[in-house]
Amino acid sequence: MTLFALFYLVAAGLFILALKWMNSPATARRGVFAGELGMLLAVVGTLMRHEVVNYEWIIGGLLLGAVIGVPLALLMPMTHVPQRTAISQACGALASALIGTAEFLRLHPGGFMMVALGVEMLLGYLTFTASLMAFGKLQEVLPSRPVTYKGQNYVNLVIFLAAAGIVGALVVNPANSGLFPVFIALAMFFGVQLILPIGGADMPTVIALLNSYAGLSACAMGFALDNKLLIIAGALDGSSGFILSIIMCRAMNRSFTNVLFGAFGQVQAGSAATEARPVRSASPEEAAAILEDARSVVIIPGYGMAVAQAQHKIRELHDALVKRGVDVRFAIHPVAGRMPGHMNVLLAEADVPYDKLIEMEDINPEMGMTDVALIVGANDIVNPAAKNDPTSPIAGMPIIEATRSRTVMIIKRGMSAGFAGIDNELYYMPNTLMLFGDAKTFTGSLVKELAGSH
Amino acid sequence: MNFEFGLYVFMLAAFLGFELIRKVSPLLHTPLMSLTNAIASISVVGAILISGEEHVSTLSRVLGFIAVVAATTNLVSGYLITDRMLKMFKKKGQK
Repeated sequence: MTLFALFYLVAAGLFILALKWMNSPATARRGVFAGELGMLLAVVGTLMRHEVVNYEWIIGGLLLGAVIGVPLALLMPMTHVPQRTAISQACGALASALIGTAEFLRLHPGGFMMVALGVEMLLGYLTFTASLMAFGKLQEVLPSRPVTYKGQNYVNLVIFLAAAGIVGALVVNPANSGLFPVFIALAMFFGVQLILPIGGADMPTVIALLNSYAGLSACAMGFALDNKLLIIAGALDGSSGFILSIIMCRAMNRSFTNVLFGAFGQVQAGSAATEARPVRSASPEEAAAILEDARSVVIIPGYGMAVAQAQHKIRELHDALVKRGVDVRFAIHPVAGRMPGHMNVLLAEADVPYDKLIEMEDINPEMGMTDVALIVGANDIVNPAAKNDPTSPIAGMPIIEATRSRTVMIIKRGMSAGFAGIDNELYYMPNTLMLFGDAKTFTGSLVKELAGSH
Repeated sequence: MNFEFGLYVFMLAAFLGFELIRKVSPLLHTPLMSLTNAIASISVVGAILISGEEHVSTLSRVLGFIAVVAATTNLVSGYLITDRMLKMFKKKGQK
């Protein structure tokens, strides 16, 4: 066994340990360290291989990548973590696709190797453009509403089959390389097509799925280069992204096909026809008085909290209430935000202790004993229509049962519908108070009221 | 070629991945995704091999170079932001 092969073996073990240690916040940072060490061993091991003789380009590339990567990680605000993940995924997928391309141009292989390269390039190029599209939608450079047209799914199917067909043709006859640029164009176009019908609320599922594709692309590269380390690392990433997207689908009670091809969240025709119904609203003073008198408060954050950057004000509110002996907890819906676990990271950033962040299944049985449910920038994930109305687009989606608490307060800019484009019955319930305003400003006024009344 | 052997490795690693990821608390799903995203930048190995070879065309060299840059960007930013996020997760009273 050569030294580099030993390095690869240890690296693979470290990657497995990295994922194992991620299961608890207490060991998670050790997990990151294991991952870093594994990657270092992989890189150093590769540099030692006798095939590698030209170092200038490699060193230059590593340095340039680090120069881009460090600010990308350290300067990104935490609310932009989904975008950063998308752009980072695009980079990884591009690398994988380009390596596949270079290998193809060098070897023109047929048979199984071509199958592996084909899968690598197909997943690589489509994940590259799809991640860029997801980035554009998350950053709102592109419209985040789904874009659909008639026969979209058939067009996608044709593109995919054409791309797969070219790989098939190259497997049989590797000299057929005239088709190769067409293949690249199709794969990239397919990635764009895949994200067009995806709306903001489906981003958690899609980001996770793209993560899986990027991993599988690296895995296919492992087959092409006959490198077990790549196969293992790629398979770990592939299964991780896949399982996360399944968890996200379940949290919305929707199937994969529905998320990917359902173009959920289109503005429904006729839904604007709902008549204006009376709602009760409250001023910051009134709301603060109710919060002060409560024994237990559950705060339910949604993507609106991230948009308004309200997490720090929310933590101040939490502190002010805790000081008064109120029991304050946070209810986290699995798909709140734009990527899995988005809310947890934002609240952790604002120094909310993580033992206060309670998962949906654990908080729901206690909602009946809660005095105030305070909803900040969330809508569909608390919409009782999911339970009560079998014809609703979100029917069957598990929700946080805010309705069962004594008072429901909803901080919201106006009466607009949520992502799913449907009205929320919760707004009109007799125990609901609408707190109209920007999440950050309104929470700030609540904190001020609580401080003043001391 | 030992593609068959590779398929066994793939299958075992995928099952192991499923079992490990299932145990991760939803609390840490975002850092988990950043970490696995960073691990996927293992493609840097392939990128180094392409760029470092003695006899390759200029095109391959350029493709390899771009791949090294892209994979390293993914690698560096992925690990750094994962750690940055995890540093923020504190228990009550923990500084």
